[in-house]
Amino acid sequence: MSDYRWLTFTVFAVIILITLYVTYLATKRVRSASDFYTAGGGVSGFQNGWAIAGDYLSAASFLGIAGLIALYGYDGFMYSVGFLVAYITVLLLIAEPCRNIGRYTLADILAYRNDPKKTRVVGALSVIAVSTFYLTAQMVGGGVLVKTLIGINYETSVACVGVLMLSYVLFGGMVATTWVQIIKAALLVIASLIIVALVWAPYGFSLPAFLQDIVVDPRVQARVASLLGDPAKNLSAVELGQRFLEPGLYFKAPIDQISLGLALIFGTAGLPHILMRFFTVRTALQARRSVVWAMAIIGGFYLLTLFLGFGAAHAVGPANIAAVDAGGNMAAPLLAQFIGGGPNSLLGNLLLAFVSAVAFATIVAVVAGLVLASASAIAHDLYVGVVRAGQPVTPTGQVRAARIATLVVGALSIAIGIGAKGQNVAVLVGLAFAVAASANFPCVLLTLYWKRCTTGGIVAGMLVGTVAAVGLTLVSPNLTYPKAVKAAAHKVLDGEAAKRSAAVEALASADADVVAKAKRDLAALDKAVAKARADIEKWGAATTSFMGLEEPLIPMKNPGIFSIPLGFLAVLIGSLLSRDRRAEDMWHEVYVRQNTGMLVSKSTAH
Amino acid sequence: MTTPVTVDWGAIAKDPRFLQLHRRKTSFLWGMMAASVVYFLMLPIGAAYFQDLFKIKLWGVVNVGLLFALSEFVVTLGIAILYSRKASSDFDVIAAEISADFGNRDGTPSAQRRADREIGA
Repeated sequence: MSDYRWLTFTVFAVIILITLYVTYLATKRVRSASDFYTAGGGVSGFQNGWAIAGDYLSAASFLGIAGLIALYGYDGFMYSVGFLVAYITVLLLIAEPCRNIGRYTLADILAYRNDPKKTRVVGALSVIAVSTFYLTAQMVGGGVLVKTLIGINYETSVACVGVLMLSYVLFGGMVATTWVQIIKAALLVIASLIIVALVWAPYGFSLPAFLQDIVVDPRVQARVASLLGDPAKNLSAVELGQRFLEPGLYFKAPIDQISLGLALIFGTAGLPHILMRFFTVRTALQARRSVVWAMAIIGGFYLLTLFLGFGAAHAVGPANIAAVDAGGNMAAPLLAQFIGGGPNSLLGNLLLAFVSAVAFATIVAVVAGLVLASASAIAHDLYVGVVRAGQPVTPTGQVRAARIATLVVGALSIAIGIGAKGQNVAVLVGLAFAVAASANFPCVLLTLYWKRCTTGGIVAGMLVGTVAAVGLTLVSPNLTYPKAVKAAAHKVLDGEAAKRSAAVEALASADADVVAKAKRDLAALDKAVAKARADIEKWGAATTSFMGLEEPLIPMKNPGIFSIPLGFLAVLIGSLLSRDRRAEDMWHEVYVRQNTGMLVSKSTAH
Repeated sequence: MTTPVTVDWGAIAKDPRFLQLHRRKTSFLWGMMAASVVYFLMLPIGAAYFQDLFKIKLWGVVNVGLLFALSEFVVTLGIAILYSRKASSDFDVIAAEISADFGNRDGTPSAQRRADREIGA
């Protein structure tokens, strides 16, 4: 692989240079705050659809879902479905009203009929919270990924992602960000289509024929056997393979799956960087077209993950994928390398370099959207809307504020990314969706559709939704509980002797297969024992989690099923307990405008 | 600088065409929304509680669970297309009539830009 490092760098350089050239062109077009935040509203529905797909298909979905399918089969694919269905909520309830009511940010929608200062403060805080969670996960994931893909160290990787992203956003604002997202989405779709065509063509593009090969694959069968443990003993080889196409290998608690599903389908509609994309088109019709295009692209892409994941399981083998990265993130890149001809071929390494560069572009594009969303919350909502309320800020001043906020958020994201090195950040993506679903979504939805909604309700909903989602996550099984970790470690050590003697006995067998299996078992046992010893040492005398708990208070990893109803309840109760003349007076205007797209005043148009 | 509001929003809200738009949109949007949430939740519920059903093989090794997951894509995109058609043939038409009678549409680029400036962009 190192012989071909020049190839990897060349492909990376080409893609980075293209995006920088686009940024250079965009720089000339960014003059006003409207240009910086929303590309002047000059994006078409078709372009915006690609940009939404580019914003949404993060490395977590491209690499992560393909990896989950490669390692856990069917359950990984179930993830894909939730990510697509989420856009129904966006399409039916959120996109068009937001286009008609909002200007630059999520808080604009809340401030329209409610107390502008209060709602801007809570709205901006929630946007910053969601963006920070998501951003941290992307930065840490991106750092690890770039490190694995091109072999530079973690800190440099994070800095590269950060600096490149900053150069897009700082100079090109939303114009450059939009084009980077469009380019990245197109590259991602092209890369996936090439791989899937190569993987699927030998089966004459027949789904049953392709999956039949997965079922009879001995490495897939071995993976299922190791996932199932003892119950696998009663299953035949083909039954084990078939089990890979059935639910239950990844999700163990049904309620967790439902909770995650709810957070996905309502959280997407509350993600600030996605909402912000609807302000870049001019009319509700274009907003609608954007979502439909985005759904077609996202849906098509997630269908391809089925072949990327299963294809990787068959071509590379689940155990080999897990050996490179335990989360399976390298499944798609390894598959690309394999179908190109393997680690020693030019084509294999070209495809690997291409997929790696696309993954890198993916991280940078998603991070750019997130930084733009939080910078707009700081500059437009907090600075222009609250700090300088009543003292108009000049257009130049607004753009300057936006750029300063971008620089600060960008620098912080690099610092957080480096600071969080080695932390388990997977929980943060789920948390971002949970906060978006429990705070942002109920507030935006009810202020647009419920006459009686008031400032009090919005403030209550934002606070309760955010606190509930974060609080419940802190007492969930996501955190490390030393007692359970140590108990599991001791169990491994207690069982060591018996397993070792069984394996040693098998080594003496005349059957070569049995000997080979015994050798593998011994190697796995050594690894497990080493990890168990390390765990016991690491956790020492600790008995409680970061939150001081011996065991989780709630059984599910995603808090959505509790925190979403709590968020809605808070808006309802807060609204019913308070009176807000402005919110009531403005109701007709909000409701008519969100449905018709009429402007504020007749005189402005003539 | 903001210009005084000259559109009588209350009058539009009481206009029979707007009430009709509201009724049609409400039943369509929330009906579709409920249908897609229910159909979506059937996947995790089925995967968790009806595994025997999901395991039945229908098309070679392809089982009910896989086909159901694939059907989610079809249903979701189907709803999106259905809504788009309904919106452009029905909702948009009524909204355009109301706008033409009571005010203006934010359809023209120059109008939008001018409005942006007035609100203080």
